[in-house]
Amino acid sequence: MDFTKPTIEYADLWPMLVVYGVACLGVLVEAFLPRERRFGVQSLLAGAGLVAALVGTILVGRDLDVLGDGAARGTIDVEGTIAIDGPALFLWGIILVFAIGGVLLFAERRLEGGVSSFAGQAAALPGTEAERQASTRGLEHTEVYPLLMFAVGGMMLFPAANDLLTMFVALEVLSLPLYLLCGLARRRRLLSQEAAMKYFMLGAFSSGFFIYGIALVYGFAGSMQFADINEAVRNDLGNDALLLIGLGMMSVGLLFKVGAAPFHQWTPDVYQGAPTAVTAFMAAGTKIAAFGALLRLFYVAFGSDRWTWQPMLWVIAILTMVVGAVLAVVQTDMKRMLAYSSVAHTGFLLTGVLGVQQATELSDGEITSLQAVLFYLTTYGFAMIGAFAVVTLVRDSGGEATTFARWQGLGRRSPLVAGLFAFFLLSMAGIPLTAGFVGKWAVFTVALSAGAWPVVIAAILCSIVAVFFYVRVIVLMFFVDGDPAPGGELAVVTRPSVLTSATIVVGVAATLVLGVVPGPVLDLAGHAGQFLR
Amino acid sequence: MNITAYVVLSAILFTIGCVGVLTRRNAIVVFMCVELMLNASNLALVAFAKQHGNLDGQVAAFFVMVVAAAEVVVGLAIIMTIFRTRRSASVDDASLLKY
Repeated sequence: MDFTKPTIEYADLWPMLVVYGVACLGVLVEAFLPRERRFGVQSLLAGAGLVAALVGTILVGRDLDVLGDGAARGTIDVEGTIAIDGPALFLWGIILVFAIGGVLLFAERRLEGGVSSFAGQAAALPGTEAERQASTRGLEHTEVYPLLMFAVGGMMLFPAANDLLTMFVALEVLSLPLYLLCGLARRRRLLSQEAAMKYFMLGAFSSGFFIYGIALVYGFAGSMQFADINEAVRNDLGNDALLLIGLGMMSVGLLFKVGAAPFHQWTPDVYQGAPTAVTAFMAAGTKIAAFGALLRLFYVAFGSDRWTWQPMLWVIAILTMVVGAVLAVVQTDMKRMLAYSSVAHTGFLLTGVLGVQQATELSDGEITSLQAVLFYLTTYGFAMIGAFAVVTLVRDSGGEATTFARWQGLGRRSPLVAGLFAFFLLSMAGIPLTAGFVGKWAVFTVALSAGAWPVVIAAILCSIVAVFFYVRVIVLMFFVDGDPAPGGELAVVTRPSVLTSATIVVGVAATLVLGVVPGPVLDLAGHAGQFLR
Repeated sequence: MNITAYVVLSAILFTIGCVGVLTRRNAIVVFMCVELMLNASNLALVAFAKQHGNLDGQVAAFFVMVVAAAEVVVGLAIIMTIFRTRRSASVDDASLLKY
């Protein structure tokens, strides 16, 4: 048998390879550099790598091949396994922006008094002499930066994967570092470790479903490539039972990653238990990458089978919105409330997935499903990362104070920070003049134009419920007197270094600008065109 | 060659793994059941590769093995940490985060 050397288009792939390269370099730094110099080198390396990759993404995006009158642009590289097209590069861009925000939050040392918010020594047991020694010596784990870079690499590969196997490998490269990062909090370590275990167990379980689904779809189509699968679906070549069960099982894996009901159970536990910097990065990055992959799989590989998966997504979208909105109402912890609200946002995003896929089926001025979802992901990411960044600032003597009781009257004590948090919440609620409003408007109109009006009605009702729980937090901050329960204390805002401040300011600015002049980003998402087939 | 028997066997293995994850309480055993699910997928992939007469499925099986090995590294590290802290590897004991 002859083996031919695969061609690898380095010119298109280099932004992703930079990220992986920096991650490997980070591992070497960890091995060879003295401890006191690692923090600076690692954080600079990670930041520089991400900025270089972002610049690279823009450069690669500027000279993509245009196909079919601009309906799609890009090429399918590496023997058909990776699609470098408009949507993939748009997703790379926003993943990298939020990853830079993540590095800034990771590198914040002022809030904990000179050390990062990660465990000084993960191997030291909580509450032991070893842990106290690690913390008095000021130890910190700098491995978190390579782990973050590997996760970013996986996130970039996931929505660009054009073949089932690449998609599975990307899913794991994305997930495994995140499982570890979740367990590395400096404070409340039992919660953090528990979050890591729950995330890992459920994540491994769902990826088991994903790979078995892949095996069945491969059995149906006889190929791993999306184009071949689409061809097999259209010509009805194989055994339909294999296709249906395989499609269902792959959906389980992807819907778990995006946190859609009934696979959302891990979301609140992991968001609450993980270090808040990790939560911020994960809430934005994982959802973007997983939605990119979900869209590509459903539109490209199973596009001809739309009438099979659309009813399923209708039900899941409605269920996710209802579960997220209703359960968020009864929460008393800020991070948990934000987690349930992110579940509700998953439902809104799924509403967008149900819209019209082809630009040719639309009249002028209407937008496609893909464009709406890309825009919503951008607005969602900025608001989430900003909101979690604010949560890191609000502290009491035991570290971050996340229960609602501690937040009472925060708006009177620190009007600026509470005001910024309120702004992020209003954007998530979808109040006009914020980015969230435009995002919601976009996904609801695309779903309406495809005739999914029952889902849109459910979405609007859930948005109203969502406004209730967001406004409740605002009332708590501004209109309730700070009156701690006996034995309790009120949280105060700790002054952060420029790193966290920069993340919050960029989040606020982007949320405001996208709300007032959404045009350029909507155009950019439209300019990205369709997925390559 | 008829591959039905192999696919049925893989489905049975997958179901055993799945039921094990849902019913067993020891984190290590749960994790072994996840590995069983991955191996069931491998069997299905190889069987389908034989049916279709191409190598994609066999190559995929290798990738799944590598991923499973990586998952063991991460998973056992997390389970070890939990065990050292709590002196228990039961998934029921880790119940601080709820509702």
